[in-house]
Amino acid sequence: MDAASIHSRLRDKFADKILSVEESVKDPFAVVDGAAIRELCTYLRDDEGLSFDVLTNQAGVDYKAEGHVEVVYHLYSYKHRHYVILKVRVPRDAAEIPSVESVWKAANWLEREIFDLLGVHFVDHPDLRRILMPEDWVGHPLRKDFVEPEEYHGINTTRESLLR
Amino acid sequence: MSIAGFEVEVERGTGLETEQMTLNMGPQHPSTHGVLRFVIKADGEVMRRAVPDVGYLHRSIEKISEKVGYHGFMPYTDRVDYVAAMFCNQGWGMVTEKLADIEVPKRGEYCRVIAAELNRIASHLLSVGTMILDIGAITPFFHSFREREKINDLLEELCGARLTYNYMRIGGVAWDLPPGYEEKVLGFLGQLEPMLDEFHDLVTENTLFRGRCSNVAAIPGEQAVAYNLVGPNLRASGVRYDVRRDEPYSVYPELEFDVPVGTGAAGSVGDSFDRYAVRIAEIKESMKILRQCFRQIPDGPVVAKVPRKLKPPEGDAQIRVESARGDMSWYAVSDGTEFPYRCKVRTGSFAAMSIIEDISPGLMLADLVTVIASLDIVAPEVDR
Repeated sequence: MDAASIHSRLRDKFADKILSVEESVKDPFAVVDGAAIRELCTYLRDDEGLSFDVLTNQAGVDYKAEGHVEVVYHLYSYKHRHYVILKVRVPRDAAEIPSVESVWKAANWLEREIFDLLGVHFVDHPDLRRILMPEDWVGHPLRKDFVEPEEYHGINTTRESLLR
Repeated sequence: MSIAGFEVEVERGTGLETEQMTLNMGPQHPSTHGVLRFVIKADGEVMRRAVPDVGYLHRSIEKISEKVGYHGFMPYTDRVDYVAAMFCNQGWGMVTEKLADIEVPKRGEYCRVIAAELNRIASHLLSVGTMILDIGAITPFFHSFREREKINDLLEELCGARLTYNYMRIGGVAWDLPPGYEEKVLGFLGQLEPMLDEFHDLVTENTLFRGRCSNVAAIPGEQAVAYNLVGPNLRASGVRYDVRRDEPYSVYPELEFDVPVGTGAAGSVGDSFDRYAVRIAEIKESMKILRQCFRQIPDGPVVAKVPRKLKPPEGDAQIRVESARGDMSWYAVSDGTEFPYRCKVRTGSFAAMSIIEDISPGLMLADLVTVIASLDIVAPEVDR
């Protein structure tokens, strides 16, 4: 099924939960209401004609100028060989999205990574801890306003100190 | 570090009281192929739970991409997976080409495929060689590394580097094939074949090897899909899916090859033996692809004209590459400037690592090594 017909199916089923669709770009996507993401994903996975059985990628992007953090869900179906891309936009200072870990196990670590690097809180995630950064790290490095600390546990990280 | 539920527990009232231990494995352990750590809760020799603790090799490669520009990021992609760096090069090249609408000349695509398939053989040889080494047999390791060394020589001749190649460019590859390359590669393939038979006699039919691998950590197809296992690990679980065949890119539609899957030859489908067997079968498929490439490669330029200061139009793009460790997804966002706004790569080892906690209960402690090795986990690819 092509992106346009998947989007129209979603629109029929979820109406106002689909905020907008973009079909004239390289990778067509649908912007959806974050609060309904788990419901939407469960439908996408379980519907016979869609059966998106795999979450291939989940990425967070910080759009500082627009004031939101975007989480992009790349879904794929091994059965029908089609894609769909969902985007959820949440405010930067209140970044909360329901976790889809109960839909696809793959989301467990992907969401931990987005939490770690972008500070998006996934509600109902079973084990939301930092994954790549040290546990005592302050801040979320992929936020655009992240300032690199000058030292970490007494280790200086600035280049000038290395040259001295 | 404290993980909930890792205190010593004593089961009472059963008559036979056992004590659960909390063990630490790593971060420096020979079987971890890099640096990674497990916190294991064990009851004697049997694991109750093994929790991976990753991040020791995190080098913030995605963050670096935001500061070095599209061309400048290419050498950094090598470090995502330094065992199979060609695929990372190719992934970054392809996602940028999609963002900026660049078409790669045919010969450039063939050069990419030749380099990538050589790299796939090298990576699989490393994977099966170290898997057998981790299990406890040292001889087959030398057999596979002897052949891998020859591929390193071939790739060194192609691009000057043995591991972190930096061979591909946005729009093609850096250099054309050197003179006489076809004879050298075909000569190598000719003598790799008897070596694989030798390897087969030495390992595949070996009772001890089968004893350590068959029925160990069998992953059913549905579980593999739920965790997004990719590549040889997914195919070992019986799911016949290969990005090269099912979502074709580059010149793969012009090439003929089979997609081997796990058959449960030594026990159950998706066990550690199947993961080994699929890799050996894939080496043979890659050899087939290489031979076809040299027959079909056209003349012409190897790289498209790409502006030195590349500014792709605003937007985002996603591509998938079948790396040696499976489907590698690249997602990039451009804001119209010469620096990527965001780049994200989802690698095969990342998914493979996340499934370990779920499959570990009930396994023997020594089997954890088999599991890590058979899933072909490369730690830098998990941490990036």
